[in-house]
Amino acid sequence: MNLSAWTEIAPHIPVLLRGILVNIELLLGLISLGLGVGVVTALVEVYGPRPLGWAAGAYTWFFRGVPEIVLLFLFYFGLSQFGVPVSAFFAAVLALGLRSSAYQAQIFRGALQSIPHGQMMAARALGLGRVKAIAYVILPQALRLSLAGWSNEFSSVLKDTTLAWGIGVVEVMRQASYIRARNFTLTLPIYITVALMFLVLTYVGNVAIGLAERRLRVPGLEGRR
Amino acid sequence: MNLVFDPAWLPRLGQGVLLSVQLTAYCMGIGAVLGAVLGLVRVYGGGRWSPLYWAASAYVHFFRGTPLLVQLLGIYLGLPTVGILIGPFLAGLLAMTLNTAAYQAEYFRGAIQSVKSGQMMAARALGMSRGQAIGHVIMPQALRLIIPPWSNELIYMLKYSSIVSMTALRPETMDLFGVARSIASRNFRYFEVYILVALFYLAMVLILTVALRWVERRVRIPGLGTPGRGI
Amino acid sequence: MALLRVENLHKRYGHEEVLKGVTLTQEAGETKVVIGPSGTGKSTLLRCINRLTEPDQGQVWLEDLEITSRRSDINQIRAKIGFVFQDFNLFTHLTALDNVRLGLTKVRRMPRAAATDRAMAELDRVGLAAKAGAYPAQLSGGQQQRVSIARALAMDPKLILFDEPTSALDPELIGEVLSVMIQLARDGMTMIVVTHEMGFARSVADEIVFMEGGVVVEQGPPEQMFRSPQIPRTGEFLRKISELYGESS
Repeated sequence: MNLSAWTEIAPHIPVLLRGILVNIELLLGLISLGLGVGVVTALVEVYGPRPLGWAAGAYTWFFRGVPEIVLLFLFYFGLSQFGVPVSAFFAAVLALGLRSSAYQAQIFRGALQSIPHGQMMAARALGLGRVKAIAYVILPQALRLSLAGWSNEFSSVLKDTTLAWGIGVVEVMRQASYIRARNFTLTLPIYITVALMFLVLTYVGNVAIGLAERRLRVPGLEGRR
Repeated sequence: MNLVFDPAWLPRLGQGVLLSVQLTAYCMGIGAVLGAVLGLVRVYGGGRWSPLYWAASAYVHFFRGTPLLVQLLGIYLGLPTVGILIGPFLAGLLAMTLNTAAYQAEYFRGAIQSVKSGQMMAARALGMSRGQAIGHVIMPQALRLIIPPWSNELIYMLKYSSIVSMTALRPETMDLFGVARSIASRNFRYFEVYILVALFYLAMVLILTVALRWVERRVRIPGLGTPGRGI
Repeated sequence: MALLRVENLHKRYGHEEVLKGVTLTQEAGETKVVIGPSGTGKSTLLRCINRLTEPDQGQVWLEDLEITSRRSDINQIRAKIGFVFQDFNLFTHLTALDNVRLGLTKVRRMPRAAATDRAMAELDRVGLAAKAGAYPAQLSGGQQQRVSIARALAMDPKLILFDEPTSALDPELIGEVLSVMIQLARDGMTMIVVTHEMGFARSVADEIVFMEGGVVVEQGPPEQMFRSPQIPRTGEFLRKISELYGESS
C-alpha cells in the first residue's frame, strides 16, 4: 500500500457515500420496525396474559439466538421460495428489524420492571384504567430509562446493516466491492475508508442520543446501574 | 406449501457445527488473553497520555466502532494486496479474534474497575508489589465478575462465526452456515435448510447458556458480584 | 533508637495542605493514640508512614531505614508495618484463612503448610479459628475487622497502624475489636491508633497525640492530656469527643 493508492481513493468517495446512505436507510427502517415491535413485545411480556407472554418470550428467544445472516437468508431466499416477492432491501429491513425488536424488547422489559410498583398503584388510584396507566405513567418513564441500552443497540445494528451485502443490497460494502473489482490495489484503503465512515457514524449517532437523553432527562428518574 | 427435509443434510451440517465451534473457541480463547492485556493496560497502563494507554484505547475504539464484516473483508481481501497471503479460515479467525479482543478488553476493564479500590490498597499495605496485587487479588475477583458479560460475548461470537463463509465458499470455511448455503444452493430448499440451521444455532446457544450458568454457580463466592443475569 | 521517626511530613491535595509538617517519635512497645477532628490529616499521616500515600516533603524512618528514600524497597518495608483499615478491606474472594495466609505465602514466601499453621494461630488469637473457612461476606463487621487484625499480625510486624478501626462498626460490635486491640497493647505490640474511642485511649495509650489543621497541637500521656492540657483547644476537643462517644470500652 503506498501513498498514491490513498490519493486514488478520493474520486470514489461519492460512490461510497451513496452506498452508506443505503445503510442509513436500512438503519432507520429496521430500528423503527424494531422499536414498534419491541415495545409491544415487552408490554405483552410484562402486562399481557400468560400464554401471550410465553409466546412473546419464545419470539424474542428465537430472534436473539439465530445469527443475523441466517435471518437475512431465511427472509430473502426463504420467502421467495414460496413465491412471496420481496426485494433484498425489504427482506433486510424485516430480518434485521425483527432481530432488533427482540433485543429492544429486552431493554424495554428491563426498564418496565425497574419502575417502582407504586407508580402503577398511584395511577390506578386516580381512576386511570390499566391501559391508560401504562400509556401515561409507565411508558413515558420506561422509554426514558431505556435510552442508555438503546444507544448500545443503535451502534450494534448500524454495523450489522453491512450484512445486507450478503443478500445483494447495494449498500456500502457492495459499492466497495465494485470499486475494488476495477482496481484491486485499492482494496485495503477502501475498506479502511469504509471503517472510518462507520466510526464517524457511530460517533455522531451516540452524540445525538446523548443530546436526546439530556433533553428528556427528568430529575429523580435515572437508570439504576 | 410442502416442506422437504432430507436426513442426508445432517452429517454435513454436523461437520459445519464442528468448524463453527472451533472458530468460536479459538477466537474466544485468544481474544480473552488479548482482551485481558488490553483491559489491564487501559486501567493500569499509565495516564491518559501514556502511549500504551493511547494505543490500547485506539485499538478498542476502532474494532468496536467498525463492522466485523469490514474487518473480515479488509483482512481477507486487503492483506494479500500488500503481500500478506491469508486463507479464508485464518482470515476469519483473525478478524473474529481481533474483534472480540476489543469487546473483551472493555469487559475486563469494567470488571477490574468494579473491584473496590481498598482491595489494591490492602494488598499493597501487606507488602505486595503492584503486579502481585493484580495477580493475586484484583484478577481473581475480576475474572469472576466477568463471567456474565463474557458468556454474552461467547454467544455473540458463536453467531458471528456465521459470517466467515461470506469470504468464499470453500471447504475450509464451511462453518454451519456455509454448509447450509451450499446445500440450499443445490436443492433450492432455502426455507427448510435455513430454518433447520436456525434451530441448530438455537440449540448451541441453549447448551452454552446452561453450561455457563453452571460454571458461574460453581465459582461463585459470597459477596462477590451479583447472581447471573439472563442471556 | 526510636522504632519510628516521622520528621516534618507535608502532604497537599490540590490547594489544600492536609499535613503541614508533622513530627513524631514512636518507641518500640509503645501505643500511641492519634485524635483530632475529622479532616485534620490523621488518616493521611498513617498512609504517609508506609507510603500508601506519597508525602510531598519530610522523612520517615523505621529504625535506621529511611522509608521515604527512593532507594528503599517499599514492599519489603510495608511487610514489616501492619495496616488495619477503617473498612477492613478483606480480600473479597478469599476465606478468612486465605486472607491471613496470602501475605505469608506471597510476600514472605513461607511454605504453605507453615503459613497455614501460622494463619490458624493468628485467627485463634483474635478468637476466630472457627470461622477460618468463611468468606468476608459471611462475617459480621466486627469479625471482619478481627480477621484483618490477624492478617496484619501474621506478618510479624514491627508496628501496626490502625486507621479508625471501629468507625465503620455498629456500636454493639465495637467492643470485640477493642478488646483484641487492648490485649495486643498489653502484650507489647507497637501501635499507632487513629480513633475516637476515648475509653481505649485513656486505658491503654502511652501517649495521646492531638492533631488539628494538619499539625500536632499537643501530645502527652493520657492523665496529663485529660486532666491538665497545656492548650485550651485540646481540653475543649477532649470534652466534646468524650460526650459524643462516651468512654465505654
